[in-house]
Amino acid sequence: MKPPKTLESIPAIEQAYGKSIANAARRRRQRLTTTGAGRRPGWLTYAVLAVVLAASAFPLWYTFLLGSADAAYISQHAIPSMIPQGKFITNMGRVLAADIKFWQALLNSVIVSALTAVSVIFFSTLAGYSFAKLRFRGRNQLLVFVIATMAIPTQLGIVPLFMVMSKLGWQGQLQAVIVPGMVTAFGVFWMTQYLQAALPYELIEAARVDGCSMIRTFWHVAMPASRPAAAMLGLFTFVGTWTNFFWPFIVLGSTNPTLPVATQLLQAQYFKDYSLIMAGVLMATAPLVFVFVAAGKQLVSGIMHGAVKG
Amino acid sequence: MAKTKATRPEAGRPVRKIGFRQRLGRWDVKLSPYLYVSPFFIVFAVVGMFPLLYTAYVSMFDWHLLGGKGEFVGLGNYEFILGQHNFWVAMRNTLSIFVISSVPQVTAAIGIAWVLDANIRAKTFWRMGVLLPYVVAPVAVSVIFSRMFADQFGLVNSVLGGIGIDPIRWHADPLASHFVISVMVWYRWTGYNTLICLAAMQAVPRDLYEAAVIDGASKAKQFFSVTIPQIRPTIIFVIITATIGCLQIFDEPRMYDQFGQGGSDHQWMTATLYLYQLGWNQEMNFGRAASVAWLLFMVIGVIAVFNFALTRRIASDSPDHSAKVRKTAKTRGAVKR
Repeated sequence: MKPPKTLESIPAIEQAYGKSIANAARRRRQRLTTTGAGRRPGWLTYAVLAVVLAASAFPLWYTFLLGSADAAYISQHAIPSMIPQGKFITNMGRVLAADIKFWQALLNSVIVSALTAVSVIFFSTLAGYSFAKLRFRGRNQLLVFVIATMAIPTQLGIVPLFMVMSKLGWQGQLQAVIVPGMVTAFGVFWMTQYLQAALPYELIEAARVDGCSMIRTFWHVAMPASRPAAAMLGLFTFVGTWTNFFWPFIVLGSTNPTLPVATQLLQAQYFKDYSLIMAGVLMATAPLVFVFVAAGKQLVSGIMHGAVKG
Repeated sequence: MAKTKATRPEAGRPVRKIGFRQRLGRWDVKLSPYLYVSPFFIVFAVVGMFPLLYTAYVSMFDWHLLGGKGEFVGLGNYEFILGQHNFWVAMRNTLSIFVISSVPQVTAAIGIAWVLDANIRAKTFWRMGVLLPYVVAPVAVSVIFSRMFADQFGLVNSVLGGIGIDPIRWHADPLASHFVISVMVWYRWTGYNTLICLAAMQAVPRDLYEAAVIDGASKAKQFFSVTIPQIRPTIIFVIITATIGCLQIFDEPRMYDQFGQGGSDHQWMTATLYLYQLGWNQEMNFGRAASVAWLLFMVIGVIAVFNFALTRRIASDSPDHSAKVRKTAKTRGAVKR
């Protein structure tokens, strides 16, 4: 397949052929491109998007509505008023007082997610740098192997993994969750893709000529160059680890829970009181929503960036 | 010339003894690449490959959570599991949830991506809105939807009642419960997959659309004859990841009620939930849990192969630039316009 030929940009045409030609080209293109980037969306497009947005946000709003009501109100109103009842702070206090170790779970979630993210960033960048920029025998085969492992449902090895963790005495310890997630195939692949394009060989050579050892070259040249992709990878790993339930549920249990495990405890113990449960669910979700508001733009561009290359 | 010689002392000169530092430097260059990629392989071997293979070993023994390894029973565990009614219920539920959750999810993702691909205002805002559910943990999603779809006095049933539809037993009825669990999967994953598809669509060269317009293609025709074939690899990627994820689903069914048994009649108990119950909950029988893991692994393998064949078939049905496809089209004598 031939590389796609892109049209000259309008400013380029204007520079080369003058203003009137550029205007004519612009008009012609608007007429031609009825789809894609030039397509002018009508109200229907926005209506569809608004419905999607409402569907995304409504369950969270519903959670807030129930979380700010009390049990009596919920039992009388199957369809809650769309205006919150204003008992959210009270319910928050009850969640904190409940027997689910909320603060410990929050702290555990922060520790586990942050350490996993840092570790994934470091080891993935290291491996990605090696795959992208260093020459060694078997490089391509190893990279293909890494990518192939993404299709293996390793979650099914949970029984022996649990045995290993209990042998090590890590059951109920945070390292039991952190260590298996230390480096991921996705991360290695991601950083390889990025560094291939973003890190010029000249920089590495310059550092080598200046007498840097291999690891110093990595640290002073590859690490800074990989920063944008590393930030996105860290964000994804953070979200993924924070929302992870199956493995922490099995290996940590109720003694040393993360937030999803604490959510399960809350549901199991207070299943009659949905105001309490929903307040707890929202408290467990809110930190990530804040992260999302602050860094959602990066998440979006991260997914799109990775998809084009992957 | 003199410079080249200075950087390569061994060229044209008697071999000099290499100093320790130099030798160290050479080892550094040779070994470092392997050293850098090794963490992944070590971690994968220890927490990925080894457990998966060892699962097969464990499944051959009478092995308990508390008692440890017992007698060798060969395929006894498999025989036991395959004779269990619950296993077949779990497989039925898993496949049912898989079908209901994956097909509309991928379809909707492609559709929404196509809408987003237009030249809309406030692009980032809409894209972020689509992605919002991604940061809600599956556990939280399940608690929320379990309440919204409560059998009695739930939001959805009340709304349905308002427009004259009889209440649906979202928990008691198997198919209805599979539907709700699938809705949870749609909720969390559609936006994510939408953005992946959108990225692929934006990489489609725009002059292909222009050519289609000139040839008189309608919008629908453009979508099916330009967009879909162009983003095919991405669609395959999305389908494969959705498959692997859906078949191992645990969080949503586990949290769909407070007991976590997959329903009073196991109506929404999935294979992974069954595995968990065998290993940790009721019998604490690791041997049997391991054999369920292997059976599920094989099912995933079969479906993956089937998937692959199917997507290839779809691929060769659509117009493509590859020579192989053109050849097939020729032999069929089919000319596509």
